[in-house]
This record gives sequence, structure tokens and C-alpha cells, in this order.
Amino acid sequence: MEFIAPDVSELDRQIGGVSSDTPYPPPIRRLTLEDSEPATLVDAPATATGSSGAGSPGGFTAARRSIGAPQFSIRRMEIDDVSVSYSDREAVKGVSLPVRQGEVLAMIGPSGCGKTTLLRSLNRLTELTRTATLSGRILLDDVDITLIEPTSLRRRVTMVFQQPNPFPMSVFDNIAYVLREQGSRRQRKKALEPKVHSALERAGLFEEVKDNLDHPALKLSGGQQQRLCIARALAAEPEVLLLDEPCSALDPQSTQVIEDLIVKLRDDVAVVIVTHNLQQAYRIADHVAFMYLGELVEYSSATALFGSPREQRTKEYVSGAFG
Amino acid sequence: MESSVATPPAAGGRPPRMGPPKSGKDAVEGSAAWRLSDRIGLAICWALGLLFCAIAVAIVVYLMVQGIQYLKLSMLVTPATAGFSQSQTGGFSDALFGTLIVAVMGISIALPAGIGVAVWLVEYGRPTALARITESTIEAIAGIPSIVLALFGTVIFSSTALGFLSRTSEGVVFGRSFFAASAMLSLVALPLVVASTREGLSAIPQHVREASFAVGKTKIATTRRILLPAARPQVATGAMLGLGRIIGDTAIIVVLLGATQNFAPVENSAFPFNYLRGAGTTLTNFVYEASPTGNLNQPQKAYAAAFVLLLLVLGLNAAVDVVHRRARKVGTWSS
Repeated sequence: MEFIAPDVSELDRQIGGVSSDTPYPPPIRRLTLEDSEPATLVDAPATATGSSGAGSPGGFTAARRSIGAPQFSIRRMEIDDVSVSYSDREAVKGVSLPVRQGEVLAMIGPSGCGKTTLLRSLNRLTELTRTATLSGRILLDDVDITLIEPTSLRRRVTMVFQQPNPFPMSVFDNIAYVLREQGSRRQRKKALEPKVHSALERAGLFEEVKDNLDHPALKLSGGQQQRLCIARALAAEPEVLLLDEPCSALDPQSTQVIEDLIVKLRDDVAVVIVTHNLQQAYRIADHVAFMYLGELVEYSSATALFGSPREQRTKEYVSGAFG
Repeated sequence: MESSVATPPAAGGRPPRMGPPKSGKDAVEGSAAWRLSDRIGLAICWALGLLFCAIAVAIVVYLMVQGIQYLKLSMLVTPATAGFSQSQTGGFSDALFGTLIVAVMGISIALPAGIGVAVWLVEYGRPTALARITESTIEAIAGIPSIVLALFGTVIFSSTALGFLSRTSEGVVFGRSFFAASAMLSLVALPLVVASTREGLSAIPQHVREASFAVGKTKIATTRRILLPAARPQVATGAMLGLGRIIGDTAIIVVLLGATQNFAPVENSAFPFNYLRGAGTTLTNFVYEASPTGNLNQPQKAYAAAFVLLLLVLGLNAAVDVVHRRARKVGTWSS
């Protein structure tokens, strides 16, 4: 079908017209959407309607939960009275939490409340910050993580970051890099192929990239890049997957795809997600931990925390009184 | 089809400009609205920019005209010989090969060393005091005139311990050889490689390193497989700039290479060490000697050699361009 050029004069009439005596700056005009036009994304009802419900705790019922009741849950990690300080500033104060496979754990709270720091301490990434000190215990399958070699711990507890950060190489090599030994290039492409394919499949990216696995990863779209990062994190076959605001740099549609993916992943790995987006936490988490000023204020199931919070601060935060 | 439901472009995109600004002037600021002093400043910048372009074009065109006129392919394969007229003195093959030898040897010292120093400074940098000292030392080396480096080189390479690097007779070390010249020339290139590599590494976001650590990779593996490949364009730029300096240096060649007109291989060494331990010359030195101020005074050959030198440098530029273009295909992180 040929492209029908819009009739400009007709358009002008619709939006109020432009004439030479229009005052400057011109008044703001808003176009009203016609009934026939898709006003919301059909695939993403939760994203489209969720934002309107932020005003009250009851508003969360407007956001649809895309996660069902967990089929099972196995305790993978145990955070036991953990405090993390940077120099003199205490970022995390005595937090205790369980991390379970079969469930998604969301950590919410205002900026600077220590949720990212807590997440990074789960795979000892905090140790890269020279001033950081940690007290308390973190157990992975009943073993203190300080007794595990950091490199092998980080293969068992992998992480996806806020900014999509694929490595500057092909899609295939991004995954193969994880599968190969430290820095080695030895293993042949053929030998790695099945594992690379399965990692991409688990991250829901395989169908989109299977025809051109040599495509430079940094030329994928933002959402695809982030799913590649998830595939990369899954390629190490971890027990725990940490996600640090994985959708904050993405558009609503890519966010939806990644949220669906996270829900699917919870049976294979224990998923911990840090998010600023309360609707997101409500949609995809089984349990939610609300942190404020380094303290764990409330930890309970998502429906309980958003529906009937026990603590006053939680109530205020989820109702949008501060944040 | 998708186009059938296309909304009018004006509705989604930027609205058309509605009405002129109050001042009655074009909304896009033009220099016509500037103060006089700003306009003069802009004019000077323009003029200087054009002037530099003109100078560069003039050099290239002039050397091309002169070079093509005098350059004969035989000059590239004939060594210089003694003679009374320009037709009898041969070519400058020894100088050309000399340039290639010092370039290869110099950069093969400067590149790994420079990358190593840059990686240490950016990725490790501990202890801080030592890193600071290293930084300022490298800056200091960058500031030392190459003739001073050359003099310092004669002291070092004339020592008995380093006699195996140059011609030695009856216990006296000559101290001038391709080894000696290349070693000091690598110091000229080193600061450029370090600066450029550091710039490339620093431009990589911190979370990219963490992403590699977060899948259980060590710092060394991350550096080798992620960081250095990502910094490849800048490393290449540094290497190119360094090579340009090596090829273009004359002082170190005169003082530390002996500045003979031909290779002067050492008798009691095996190939290629007999040549590398001996004295020699390069294109820059040949151009200097062949110019009207030099001992040879054969300006036509000076032009021919200078043209070859220019071609080498332009070739280096083109090579770096290729590396940068490849890097653009790989893409970079959105910030």
C-alpha cells in the first residue's frame, strides 16, 4: 500500500491551526487520540495501567501480577546480620534475608538505601571497592561465601547490571567468553555451540539472533543487549542471579519482555532483583524486601507488603509519600 | 500494511516552528547576531584553520610533485655510493631499510612496554605514590629533547656490559648501533603509547569491568580479553603517533646510529645481528645529509627520500583509520 501523505491543512485545522498572528511562544496543544488508535500497548497492560495506580496502596491491585504462586522453594543463600560500610558511612545495617530458588526476591527502597550495595555483597563485588568493609555472614548453600574463591563464587552468583553492557565482540563470543577458561581462547567454536545456544534460548534471545551470531553485540537494541547480558549471566550456570535495576535503561516493551523472562527463570535459579519501580516489584516478585537508610524495614510476600504493609514507613513509601 | 495506520508525522515528531520569535530574528542563532569581538575571534579561528589546511596541502603537493619528478624506483633498491654527480651516487635503499628496522625495533619495545605501563596505571595504580611518580616520569620523558636522550644513550651503550649490542674492538665499545638507536627511539614513542592507551582504557565504563568480574573472570583475563580489545583504536593511534616520531627522529640517528651512508655490519656476528650491532642510516638522516646543508648536497635525492618518508607516514595514518573504522562496526556502550 502506498504511503498516504497527511493533508497538512487538515492537520492544522485539527490541532487548532497556525496563523501568522499566533502569539509567541505558541500555546501548548495536545492531540486527543482517536478511538481507533492504539492508546496502550496491547502486550503490556500492566506497564500501561500500573503507573496510574501509584497514589495509594490499593492502587497496586491495578497492576497485574504476572507471577503465580511458587511451585517450590529451596533456600540457596542466607544473609545473616550483614552490615556494609564505605569508610565511615554505613550503607547496609544488620540485614538478614533468605534467598530462595523458585522465587523472585525484589529489593525496593529509595536511592541510597543500600539495596545495590547489599546485592553486590552477595557475589563479593563490594570487595572491589577498597573502602568497603563487610560484617556478618552470607551463606551460599550453607557455605560462608568468604571461604569460596571470588571467581568461582561469581560464577555461581552472577549479576546483570543497570546499563546493558555486552562486551565489544560478537553475540556468540559474549557467551563463549563466559564458558571458556580464564582468558583462554582454546576451545573451538563447534564445541561451545550447544551451550551458547542454550544460554541464548533461556534468555529468550535465540530466535532473534540465531541467523547471525557473529553480529556485534553492541549493535543490538537496548532490550536485546540486556537479554544478552542475562544470557551471559546464565551461561555460567549459576545458582543465584542478581539483577541490579535491569530495566531502568529500557523502554516499556523491552521491560515487559525481561519481566516475563525473570518470572520464567525463577525455577532454575534464585532471582534477586533490585528495582526502583514499585509496580515492577509487585508484578514479578514473590517476596519483597523494603530497605530504608540501610535498614531492612520490612520483608514479606509481595501481596502482603503492598496490600497491607506492617510498618508505617513501608506504608508511606509504597503509597508514594516519599521516595 | 503498517503504513496504512501511519499517524501524520507532525503529530508524533517535533512540532513545526510556530510563529517567529519576538525579536523578529531567525530562531537559529547566526553569527550575524554576535558582538563584533566574537565575530573577529570566529574569523581568526576560521582563517587559522584554513591556513593549516593550506600548509598541509602545500607540503604534500609540493613533495609529491618534487618526489615523483626525481624518484626512480631504482633508488629504493640501490644503496648510496660515493660519486661526483647525482647520477653516480646511487639510491637510498640502506636508509629506507634502516628506517624500517628502527621503526619495527623501536615500536616493538615501546608498544608492549607502553601498554603494560598504561594498564598498570589505569587498572591497578597501587601503590598510589608509585603510580604518581611513574606518571610524572613518563611526562618528563615526553618532554626531553631527543638529542638529550641520544647523548644519554651514548653513555649507556658505550658501557662494557652492553658491548654485545654494538661494534666492539679491543675492549672499546663503539656504542652506536641499531640496537642502541632503537632502544632510545622507543623512549620517544613510549609516552605517546602510554597516553593514548590510558585514554582508551579510561573511556571504558566501570560497569563493563564489573560485568566481566561478575561472571567469575579475573582481572588479568578481563584486561586481556575485554579491556585491551575495546581500547584497540586508541592503542593503534598511540602506536601510529609513536611510529611517526620514531620514523621522523633525526638527532638519535645521528648520534646513536653512527649516521653512515650505508649499513656497516659487524664482522664477527651472525646474521641479522651483524647488521643490528653495526651502524647505519635512516631516511631522515639521508634527507638531512642530501639537503643543501648536508655533506652530500644532492637536493633532488633529498626530495625523493622525503617523498618516500611522507608516503610511509600517510600509510600509517591510513592504517589507523582502518582500525578505527573496524571499531565503529563493533560499536560502543550507550552512556
